[in-house]
Amino acid sequence: MSGRLLSHRMANMPEMTLAQRIWQINWSFVLLIALAGSIGVGMLYSAAGGNIDPWADRQLARLCIGILIMLGVAVTDIRFWLRYSYLLYGIALFLLIVVEIAGDIGMGAQRWLVIGGLSIQPSEMMKITILMALARYFYASRLEDAGRITHLVVPVLMMLVPALLVLRQPDLGTATILLVCGVTMLFLAGAKAWMFITGGLGVMAAVFPIWKYVLHDYQRARLVTFMNPEHDPLGTGYHIMQSKIALGSGGIFGKGYLEGSQSHLSFLPEKHTDFIFTMLAEEFGMAGGLALLGVYLLILLYGFIIALRCRNQFGRLLAMGFIMSFFFMVFVNIAMVMGLIPVVGMPLPLISYGGTSMLTLLFGFGLLMCVYVHRDVRLGPGSADDTL
Amino acid sequence: MQRDNDQYYSFSRRSALLFGSQITLFSALAARMYYLQVIEADKYRMLAEDNRINFKLLAPRRGRIVDRFGVPMAVNQQNYRVLLTPENTKDIEKTLDTLAEIIPINDKERQKILRDIKRRRRFLPMIVRENLEWEKVARIEVNAPSLPGITIDVGESRFYPDAAAMAPVLGYVSGVSEAEQTGDPLLELPGFRIGKSGIEKTLDVALRGRGGTSQVEVNAFGREIRELERVEGLPGAEARLTIDLELQKFVAQRMGEDSASCVVMDIHTGEVLAMASTPSFDPNAFNRGLTADEWKSLSSNPRTPLNNKAIAGLYAPGSTFKMVVALAALDRGLITPATRISCGGKVQLGDAVFHCWKSKGGHGSLDLIGGLMNSCDLYFYEVARRVGIDRIAAMAEKFGLGTILDVELPGEKKGLMPTRAWKRAVRGQPWTQGETMIAGIGQGSMLVSPLQLCVMTARLANGGRAVKPRLTRAVLPFDGNVLPAPPAPEFEDMGIAPANLEMVLKGMYAVVNTPGGTAYRARITDPNFAMAGKTGSVQVRRITKAERETRVLKNEELPWHERDHALFVSYAPVNEPRYACSIVVEHGGGGSTTAAPIARDILREVQRRDPSPGRPVNVVRRATEDES
Repeated sequence: MSGRLLSHRMANMPEMTLAQRIWQINWSFVLLIALAGSIGVGMLYSAAGGNIDPWADRQLARLCIGILIMLGVAVTDIRFWLRYSYLLYGIALFLLIVVEIAGDIGMGAQRWLVIGGLSIQPSEMMKITILMALARYFYASRLEDAGRITHLVVPVLMMLVPALLVLRQPDLGTATILLVCGVTMLFLAGAKAWMFITGGLGVMAAVFPIWKYVLHDYQRARLVTFMNPEHDPLGTGYHIMQSKIALGSGGIFGKGYLEGSQSHLSFLPEKHTDFIFTMLAEEFGMAGGLALLGVYLLILLYGFIIALRCRNQFGRLLAMGFIMSFFFMVFVNIAMVMGLIPVVGMPLPLISYGGTSMLTLLFGFGLLMCVYVHRDVRLGPGSADDTL
Repeated sequence: MQRDNDQYYSFSRRSALLFGSQITLFSALAARMYYLQVIEADKYRMLAEDNRINFKLLAPRRGRIVDRFGVPMAVNQQNYRVLLTPENTKDIEKTLDTLAEIIPINDKERQKILRDIKRRRRFLPMIVRENLEWEKVARIEVNAPSLPGITIDVGESRFYPDAAAMAPVLGYVSGVSEAEQTGDPLLELPGFRIGKSGIEKTLDVALRGRGGTSQVEVNAFGREIRELERVEGLPGAEARLTIDLELQKFVAQRMGEDSASCVVMDIHTGEVLAMASTPSFDPNAFNRGLTADEWKSLSSNPRTPLNNKAIAGLYAPGSTFKMVVALAALDRGLITPATRISCGGKVQLGDAVFHCWKSKGGHGSLDLIGGLMNSCDLYFYEVARRVGIDRIAAMAEKFGLGTILDVELPGEKKGLMPTRAWKRAVRGQPWTQGETMIAGIGQGSMLVSPLQLCVMTARLANGGRAVKPRLTRAVLPFDGNVLPAPPAPEFEDMGIAPANLEMVLKGMYAVVNTPGGTAYRARITDPNFAMAGKTGSVQVRRITKAERETRVLKNEELPWHERDHALFVSYAPVNEPRYACSIVVEHGGGGSTTAAPIARDILREVQRRDPSPGRPVNVVRRATEDES
């Protein structure tokens, strides 16, 4: 990097050394993430009936690897992530299309690709890269630009294309996350309030004619079950009932660690993934549930502060967008297991068993920390093309 | 930098808005948690327990039934069952092949097993075979390693060691039918048995006991994880009957294959020592389940093995009724013991001719004792004519004839004691004098049971007290609570003049012990054991005039179902009466030839077995021998 560029584009900031960056990492935040991950490992130990096999041990390994990746991401120069945002987004989109085609060719509907023994879930990659791509799109635009419709066509497409691809898998949960990410970014970038209102009304207006004239009866029936699983009392309706029983019977202080009868006697479905919060709240009661909510709230607060303290728009958008998608996952999962919203396949971030989602999340937290490390770096319109 | 500031301002404002909504939505989650886990907690706690805990009923052991000396008559036998748990074997076919080498399994059974396996959960054991012999059990145990999934289980089933002799009294147990369900969950247990007849039915509730419960923790698939709590039930009470099993067996064996019934009772206490009805059936077969053929042959047998004829068989009493007729007359002073009536073999009333059983020549002039001793029909035609049917019926009912005696068995029949009012009500016709005369020899429309005949004899022999039959000595609950002993039976005096009773008993004494008495050949020669009694032969067909003019056919010449019923009522010992016995042999021929010898053997046996210490011997006889 030449001195000219540095003085021109990075204001008064000298280049940070690796040691400085490590020093700048918010270690209390790292501890908080590790704590949340450990709660997950503990719950998985209980889910297996007091065994580290088959979930807790693997989850712990992933947590450790994930934290290393997170730290690696955190100390990488933020301009690196800025520069390769579109590229990473492009790769994720390409893989999504490959999955789609593979499904069409006859491998059946599936969400992951196996490349060299490594299974990759492009939709998980997309959750992060869509934030990066949109943050990059908006980082240098002026507030007035963000208020113009013509400026918003490209980001809306960037959001809709992967969302529709994921919806076809079908993975309603992830598709919604992508939409939430996209809309959040548009909102934070400065899109006008009337656009959201008009957009919302437009969607609602479209729903009725599509429902009435475009869809076939069987498609409508399928959608009803999809949106309202209580129609199917032996399937998901039964699961939600059992989940509510587990939660309710936990009471204020719970039945005790490893003592959740609903969970351990298999009344609770998917207790290691989507319904892990239920098991926690059964064994530790409302106290445990609120404590976990507290941990999550603290993580959100950290993210919020990081976003506010960041001096560049790329970092702010990235931080707040990620925090929003993280919040959305937590909320949908917990609201679902408590029967507040219909059942959507959505793991509880940092707690549920699952390799890809854990790594993706920690990668995202890595970006968040990277934003914090580079909070005082200023990124001008040309920063994306800077050589590092 | 104005541009940057505007952007930052917009961003931070909108971020704060988002963060604010996040906090709001988190609060909604917390509120929901509070609602579920605090407000509704009790409801869900209950639902969770419901989920988790299965109540299982444990069948109590059915109480034993023992005889008066404590000898078991109905017990529970271990029943070995072969169970197959599908999940414990990899190859069900192979396991069944190996098992078939020990216990034969035919193709039908095999298909049923394989079909059942598909329908049930794989960890639930299913019964392959029940009631296994011990030898087979041992062989299966030895071969256990090559029989994966096979286990032996011990259940209990009812067993009657002296099945045929006791069946009429004990009855049998069998599965609960739909109609018998009362809502008691015990009755819904698979394999639960309840009493269907006899004492098993009467004392069913006491014998059943109280079911225990076992709380087991189950998982969502119904697999039992562990037992949480067990409340032991209470085995059923033990019923001690008044029956003397050895005597009962003796009686049943003595009656043999005849279609007959017999009741032996203590005339003072009313305790029934034996109550037999032959032929009988095997109640053990009912427990395991009858085949269609077995059921058909039992239910269509003309000798009605399923019917306890001692309480449900109804017969005209015949000449055994004559004591009652005599007492009715003596009571009213219409005859005295010395009143003499002349028998010429037949008597004319209007157009009808009434014959004595000794229609050739007749008995000549007889007093009361002579009338009874010879069982002269003409004597009693005349006595009955003087007394009238209503007084006869009233006396008969005092002696228990045509009444329900409340012996503790289901199916007791009342019989019929006709009166003028009865005939008017049922037949719409006036009573005729001819019917009164026929009633005087215990024929016509009257019907009584052997139990009623035994009670009649007991009431005659105990000095006219209204003794009632009893079958249950005690019901002993298992929990150690001894029920208060039933009050010593005090039977009220029926108000019959002792002198009249004594005359009738003298007549019964003469029947057996005076040469020429109808049962003289069946007397007990040991004077200490001597019995008194009365024969009866009940005609079941009409003897036509033509037959009378040629020759009345003998019983041996008739088909079985047209032969006379043979009856005999008796008591012993005559000097200190203690036991009464009644016998009815259906189509047995004559009371004196068929029934009396059986009674002699039974009364000799019951006195030989008499357990009462210091029984008086050689006491002054009540009935003197001045007639002989």
